[in-house]
Amino acid sequence: MAGTKNHDYHILPTDPWPFLLSFSLLVFTSGMAMFMHEMALGTYVLIAGVIGVLVAMYSWFSNIIKEARAGDHTPVVQLHLRYAMILFIASEVMFFVGWFWAFFDFALFPTTLTEVVDGQWPPAGIEAVMDPFDLPLLNTLILLCSGTTVTWAHHSLIHGDRDGLKKGLWLTIILGLIFSGVQAYEYMHAPFPFGENTYGSAFYMATGFHGAHVIIGTIMLIVALVRSYKGDFTPRQHFGFEAAAWYWHFVDVVWLFLFVAVYVWGGWGAPVH
Amino acid sequence: MATTAHPDHHPAHDDAHDLHSHADHKPSFFARWFMSTNHKDIGTLYLIFSIFAAIIGGGISGIMRAELAEPGIQVLGWWAQFLGGGEAVDFDQTLHLWNVLISAHGLIMVFFVVMPAMIGGFANWFVPIMIGAPDMAFPRMNNISFWLTFMGFCSLMISAFMPGGTGTGAGTGWTVYAPLSTTGSPGPAVDFAIFALHLAGAGSIMGAINFITTIFNMRAPGMTLHKMPLFVWSVLVTAFLLLLALPVLAAAITMLLTDRNFGTTFFDPVGGGDPVLYQHLFWFFGHPEVYIMILPGFGIISQIVSTFSRKPVFGYLGMAYAMVAIGVVGFVVWAHHMYTVGLSVNEKMYFTAATMIIAVPTGIKIFSWIATMWGGSLEFKSPMWWALGFIFLFTVGGVTGVVLANGGVDDNLHDSYYVVAHFHYVLSLGAVTAMFAGWYYWFPKMFGRWHSELLSKIQFVIFFIGVNLVFFPMHFLGMQGMARRYPDYTPAFSYWNHLSSVGYVIMAISVGVFFLNIIYAIVAGKKPAPNYWGEGATTLEWTLSSPPPFHQFETLPEIDDHAHAH
Repeated sequence: MAGTKNHDYHILPTDPWPFLLSFSLLVFTSGMAMFMHEMALGTYVLIAGVIGVLVAMYSWFSNIIKEARAGDHTPVVQLHLRYAMILFIASEVMFFVGWFWAFFDFALFPTTLTEVVDGQWPPAGIEAVMDPFDLPLLNTLILLCSGTTVTWAHHSLIHGDRDGLKKGLWLTIILGLIFSGVQAYEYMHAPFPFGENTYGSAFYMATGFHGAHVIIGTIMLIVALVRSYKGDFTPRQHFGFEAAAWYWHFVDVVWLFLFVAVYVWGGWGAPVH
Repeated sequence: MATTAHPDHHPAHDDAHDLHSHADHKPSFFARWFMSTNHKDIGTLYLIFSIFAAIIGGGISGIMRAELAEPGIQVLGWWAQFLGGGEAVDFDQTLHLWNVLISAHGLIMVFFVVMPAMIGGFANWFVPIMIGAPDMAFPRMNNISFWLTFMGFCSLMISAFMPGGTGTGAGTGWTVYAPLSTTGSPGPAVDFAIFALHLAGAGSIMGAINFITTIFNMRAPGMTLHKMPLFVWSVLVTAFLLLLALPVLAAAITMLLTDRNFGTTFFDPVGGGDPVLYQHLFWFFGHPEVYIMILPGFGIISQIVSTFSRKPVFGYLGMAYAMVAIGVVGFVVWAHHMYTVGLSVNEKMYFTAATMIIAVPTGIKIFSWIATMWGGSLEFKSPMWWALGFIFLFTVGGVTGVVLANGGVDDNLHDSYYVVAHFHYVLSLGAVTAMFAGWYYWFPKMFGRWHSELLSKIQFVIFFIGVNLVFFPMHFLGMQGMARRYPDYTPAFSYWNHLSSVGYVIMAISVGVFFLNIIYAIVAGKKPAPNYWGEGATTLEWTLSSPPPFHQFETLPEIDDHAHAH
């Protein structure tokens, strides 16, 4: 069977980045464990791991973009990428299921074993919660709006309007950054601390992981914007953009659940700050 | 069932493809094994890694059986001193070592032996070939799945030499239950162990994405879903379980990390948290996980029983959808691992009923294997010995599973050696037997050398006697009330414990025969024909040379009863 490849699948040459990325991740996790226990050199190992992960991911994704430009992404390979992104988002959904599970466990069955909670939700130890119809509502509107601007960018791209593509992406990224900024402001001025009780734990970890995903999504959109300035993406082939857009919508939907469940329902009846 | 089309020599689509289009052009040693993008090489890496991890995980159970051979503390003190670098250790540290050993044994066997061998090894090797694909959908991501598993193992090994709770290493059990894993183990060992799960879990999620995409998108013309070999079906279901279950574990162990290090109170009652929440989250992953470990084994056994009965599997569609049913129902039975935490009677009734329902699709599988053999032209080559052993041993483990499914009965048997006997019958006698079955079924295909059929059968007989001697007495011990996870016991339990330890030695001898067989294959193994099992073997790997070319199916095969326009 030696000879020429007669199919459209993507057979790759050997590649150093999978090994280097996984090794960097081991350095990162080890550095994290050392840092958390204040062991010698922990901070340096952690920083080395972070740098390694970033370099490896940058190189890997750069290679994917180069391959896309070289025509390796045939229609069936693009289909692979779509499947993979959908499945990745499905696994992310299950990750958030874990955090919502913890939240609903605490909110629906507040324990009476400790006066910190005292059978109430929000717990007795929480003096005030954030007003959901203040900045959180604004953030909801910002994210929903960013969902429309990314769709504007998408439609512009499909109709060959490169200018609209860039404008839509710029706006989406700016809205994403404003969202992250407002979240940071909220965290700094929140009337309850991180940890100490179930409210602070569930609230900060669930919204914090969402925030981390917003930042990842913003980075994906920034990459899409840079690529659109470099002339990448055609009306028929622009998976890199679509993946970023899908991810952005996923982050949007998670926020809606967080807003309704954690901010509105989860803080109902408590004094607001 | 399938034929390979003529390898026409069309010009390549474009220049980029010419660079890496030669089927048997292998990279240099370092590039081939450290930078691989070839599903067969990555499969081989997984298999070697799995064997290596099994030596460590199995060696740990050797220490445990040596300790449990007699009442009192036997060898733990020596090992605690040895692993601690020769310094004197106190009695608490000695006992802590026991916790470290049971934790490491469980984690290694689950995440670094069974999963890498079944999914990383056999599925990587044969899923693309069986569906007529040239490789996996994402060859590079395939490689990082392997290396993340490897790095996870490294993290777990590092944790063994870090301060844990009472002594060195993570002594939390493979389930990493809070509060033992939080306030009970302040040292960094548990963090390294948790990160080991994060790393291996991330690798498995990427592997699951890769397999689902490959199976849905890369089937050769005519290979419809309902014509796929059952091994491919088993991997498809397994991949979905991995994809949906592992992220919940990731969330749960991240909560452990923040509880340990950043002051959250997810599992700490002082702040309103609940240790039982951890158990729910863990077993929502953990129960699908046990099917993740056994379903590929089901697939392997289906291929082998069909091959050596020279018949298609009885009730093919029923077999495929039985696995789908096991996968789906497997997500809603998790709390049967938690009957004694104080569930309400209604919860226990639900989880008892739901758990027993799984016996229905599992029964479909067992009876369909038997029905496949019924009236078949049976040939007792060594993989068939292992497959028959699997069917018997897995059935024993399944039957004790139905016993334990009863919430009321489990109140008595929970955390006893009856449970240990049950899950070792389905895993170390079920899954591991299926792994050996697959190993001998495909060994000549993968490595281009014949193993010794005689040695394989000798290994089976010794293994069968050994593992039954190890684990069958544990049923008695459990029913007599011996609790698991203790290094010591009352002398009343000494008879069956001693016998169990003798069984371990016999099992260890069978492992020696396994390695002898590999040496035999290297030294004296003959070259196998493409289809060395004969006409009963009908899947696509038997249309290829043994070993297959570095890149197979450069022209896609067409499945013969497919009406194609050539």
